[in-house]
Amino acid sequence: MPLTPTAGNPARGRALVADRQKGMCLLCHTAPIAEVRQQGDLAPSLAGAGARWSAAQLRARVVDNRRINPQSIMPAYFKVEGLHRVGAPWKDKTLLGAQEIEDVVAYLATLK
Amino acid sequence: MSVDGWMTGTKTPFEKGGRPRQWAGGFAAFAIAMTGIAAHAQPSDPRKSGTEYLSPATRALQSNDAENPAMLWVKAGEALFNEKPGADRKSCADCHTATVRPLKGIAAGYPRFSIAANRPLNLSMQINLCRQQHQKAATLQHESRELVSLETYVAHQSRGQPIAPWRDARMSQAFINGERHFKTRIGALDLSCADCHDRQAGKQLAGNVIPQAHPTAYPLYRLEWQGVGTLSRRIRNCMSGVRAEPFAHASAEMIELETYLASRAAGMTLETPGVRP
Ligand code: HEC
Ligand code: HEC
Repeated sequence: MPLTPTAGNPARGRALVADRQKGMCLLCHTAPIAEVRQQGDLAPSLAGAGARWSAAQLRARVVDNRRINPQSIMPAYFKVEGLHRVGAPWKDKTLLGAQEIEDVVAYLATLK
Repeated sequence: MSVDGWMTGTKTPFEKGGRPRQWAGGFAAFAIAMTGIAAHAQPSDPRKSGTEYLSPATRALQSNDAENPAMLWVKAGEALFNEKPGADRKSCADCHTATVRPLKGIAAGYPRFSIAANRPLNLSMQINLCRQQHQKAATLQHESRELVSLETYVAHQSRGQPIAPWRDARMSQAFINGERHFKTRIGALDLSCADCHDRQAGKQLAGNVIPQAHPTAYPLYRLEWQGVGTLSRRIRNCMSGVRAEPFAHASAEMIELETYLASRAAGMTLETPGVRP
């Protein structure tokens, strides 16, 4: 189920994925986003993610991947409970907002 | 994200003592870490100093004293070492000479339990304790130019010595707590030190190679800092990198974490002062 009634915007999603401070995805992943140099190699490439997974499956991974794989190092982007020593500026805030999650999911879905 | 941690993605111009008296329960892990001293002699030791992950240019900078920027801190530290800052008109050099309480090898044994303070101390804290107790001088602020210079000067005298954690039952609880801190997921990113430094070492976190987090070259010059900083400062960077509230300098938790890191690195060679991007 989408988190918001407004459909995700893939262009905004792409920008979030590329953003080192916001999405931070490319710290760990690579993606076909040529302008970002020095992408990480801790995680599978996001290329083809939209072919491998449905929108619902992609959303589940971005919202809280550790519900799928508790060992995973991928942070939960839409969760505030169960965290320790969160720094004051980030307390009680999700890493991404609901609409931002939808934007990211919409972008990932285009990666076929 | 962090002010000066790995998440900023900053690019640099250079990158393009004795047997423990008793082994209490849970202390076994400490014993195993201690055997690292023997392991280091083997070529099969999987441990790597952060130095091994440096680009050739940064590595050359570290290994050439004439170019290593941290040598300026060593020089400044030497001058401070000979000053008489307090009411007692005593310099560090008055108490520590080549033959009396020599400093060679000393830094390789920190953190260690201090009877005077009745708690484990890192080297910064020990220097401040000496100022208070033996020099009647004001303590210096953590990460201040003076304290970092003094620490770098002292640690430099252990360059080439094996890291030799203080083997004392009174350090066992610090080790146990430190290991717990290392393995506990923290911050908004919910990552532990172990998640990156045990499980992902050698891989790329964006533009940075993740090292194994051995405290082999501290204090060191970091291009991102444009200066020399201690191990505590480095750890605080990683903690704010995962958007956690960092442990305070000189807090019990910080010293526990440093104790655990020293044990993991037992037997590895101290290289102070290092250079890092
Ligand atoms: C700290 C590392 C890290 C960050 C940051 C991160 N991920 Fe991941 N991600 C992983 C890892 C590791 C996996 C592999 C599966 C696992 O661990 O469960 C993964 C798996 C995935 C998958 C499934 C990939 C597949 O095809 O199997 C998707 C989709 C994904 N991540 C998207 C994202 C997006 C989008 C972001 C940013 C908003 C992001 N990730 C941020 C580490 C990370
Ligand atoms: C998400 C990954 C990540 C986590 C979690 C993390 N670190 Fe780091 N750490 C790094 C990276 C990347 C570097 C080196 C790159 C740089 O200079 O920023 C580093 C560097 C270090 C170093 C310096 C090693 C050297 O040779 O100079 C130490 C020590 C260290 N970390 C300790 C810790 C401790 C202790 C924790 C937990 C409180 C921790 N790190 C958590 C990624 C991480």
